[in-house]
Amino acid sequence: MIPSSSTAVAALRQLQLDDALALLEQAGALLPDAEPYSVRWLQGIVDALSDLSNRDPLTGLVNRRSFEMTLEREIDRVARAGEPALLLMLDIDHFKKVNDTHGHPAGDSVIRAVADAVTQSVRPMDTVARTGGEEFAVVLPNCPSSFGPTVAERIRATVAAMVVPVTPSVSVSVTVSLGGAFAPQWIRSSPLLWMERTDRQLYRAKAEGRNRACFEPQVESLVTADEKSMLFAVNTPEEAP
Amino acid sequence: MTLGARTLAVTSGKGGVGKTFITANLAAALAARGLRVLVLDADLGLANLDVVLNLHPKLTLHDVFTEKCTLEQAILPAPGGFSVLLAGSGMVEYSRLTPEVREKLLKIIDQVKPHYDWVLIDTGAGISDVVLYSVSLAADVLVVATPEPTSLTDAYATIKVLAMQQERRHIGLVVNQANRVGEGKGICTQLNAVLTRFVGTRPGGNAFKLELWGEVSSDGAVRQAVLKRQLVMEQYPGCDAAQALKALAQRLSGA
Repeated sequence: MIPSSSTAVAALRQLQLDDALALLEQAGALLPDAEPYSVRWLQGIVDALSDLSNRDPLTGLVNRRSFEMTLEREIDRVARAGEPALLLMLDIDHFKKVNDTHGHPAGDSVIRAVADAVTQSVRPMDTVARTGGEEFAVVLPNCPSSFGPTVAERIRATVAAMVVPVTPSVSVSVTVSLGGAFAPQWIRSSPLLWMERTDRQLYRAKAEGRNRACFEPQVESLVTADEKSMLFAVNTPEEAP
Repeated sequence: MTLGARTLAVTSGKGGVGKTFITANLAAALAARGLRVLVLDADLGLANLDVVLNLHPKLTLHDVFTEKCTLEQAILPAPGGFSVLLAGSGMVEYSRLTPEVREKLLKIIDQVKPHYDWVLIDTGAGISDVVLYSVSLAADVLVVATPEPTSLTDAYATIKVLAMQQERRHIGLVVNQANRVGEGKGICTQLNAVLTRFVGTRPGGNAFKLELWGEVSSDGAVRQAVLKRQLVMEQYPGCDAAQALKALAQRLSGA
């Protein structure tokens, strides 16, 4: 038997949502604009909770879990559509020194500032994540290979130019090291493998002196320019007069 | 060569060119000729044969790989009168070619061959090692391409790799979504010209030949069937695309 809508709402009112509501209030999330305990209101609460569980509370960026899902979708898309996607991973250089010298609140300010700098340096369609303490990652869909070094340099330069006030009298500057790797169409990757490949480049950037970006050498195209030009020659043997 | 089914791998380079659509409808066309046909979904990362056929499998290749069921249990009847072995989700972990994946795929092909006349292997998109390996399991190869430049480039790259790595000298081409009659022939001639020039032949070896096996036009019936997740062979058997696929089945079964 289908319960009448009033019975259903009465049943929904028995849900214990105190913790969920407290969590949303603490996070400053807007409560849905609907009749409390209506289906629309509950949907809004669930959506807000999902959003909360996908984000890093300090920076508002997506967290590692959500980012891995994004990577998985991106790998599928690359395999189908063919346009390459770039994964960048970056790490604040000598971050421990900031914490040790100026304290953890100063460290938090630096992390927030780097998060903003990265977000401002990429396109709105790119996903920026905080993947660890002082680690960030960006996935850039539809990213031509020549664009990779340009965007990495933009992020590096933006961060290097930043002056972050940590107390009324003290400001700090930091640099970042970046690693990048593309997901080309013919390599059916997994989020883990893609992150490993990128991490290896980040490690190289650190080893080569930090405040720089390193990229995985690109696999050369299987089809040369000569082959392409012949393939798309205007006068095909069939169409020649 | 072991006795049993003839094996044909269907591959494309680029995804989204209708590879799975061609595979499923070719299987139906072969079945309509009274042949026993199995389609093996070897697109381990992005399987969508189940979507094309509107099937909701309980058991898949994944369950066979993990030994949750037998091979026989995972082979399902599909609309169109043929059998399918679907990859299902959860195969992403097998989308890297480990010795284990190699061995399992090889074993499956050997096990099914005695029971069918044709085994069609629907490979994944791209030229990953899994794709190349699943192609290598088949005696014959069919490359599906559309007239779009990106599809042609990727089809060319696939054919080139197959010719060079697997020393294939004979590959079939189906031009899908052809815009006009004769477009397939033009594309095949063009591809052959580039292949002859750049792939080359070993001294004493046979010349490479890409053969046009069919041209499937992009008619409204195909779009309708795809949207309804039905086989064009069943829903619109009279349409141009269905006729082209029937002719392909006839050509393959040599009658």
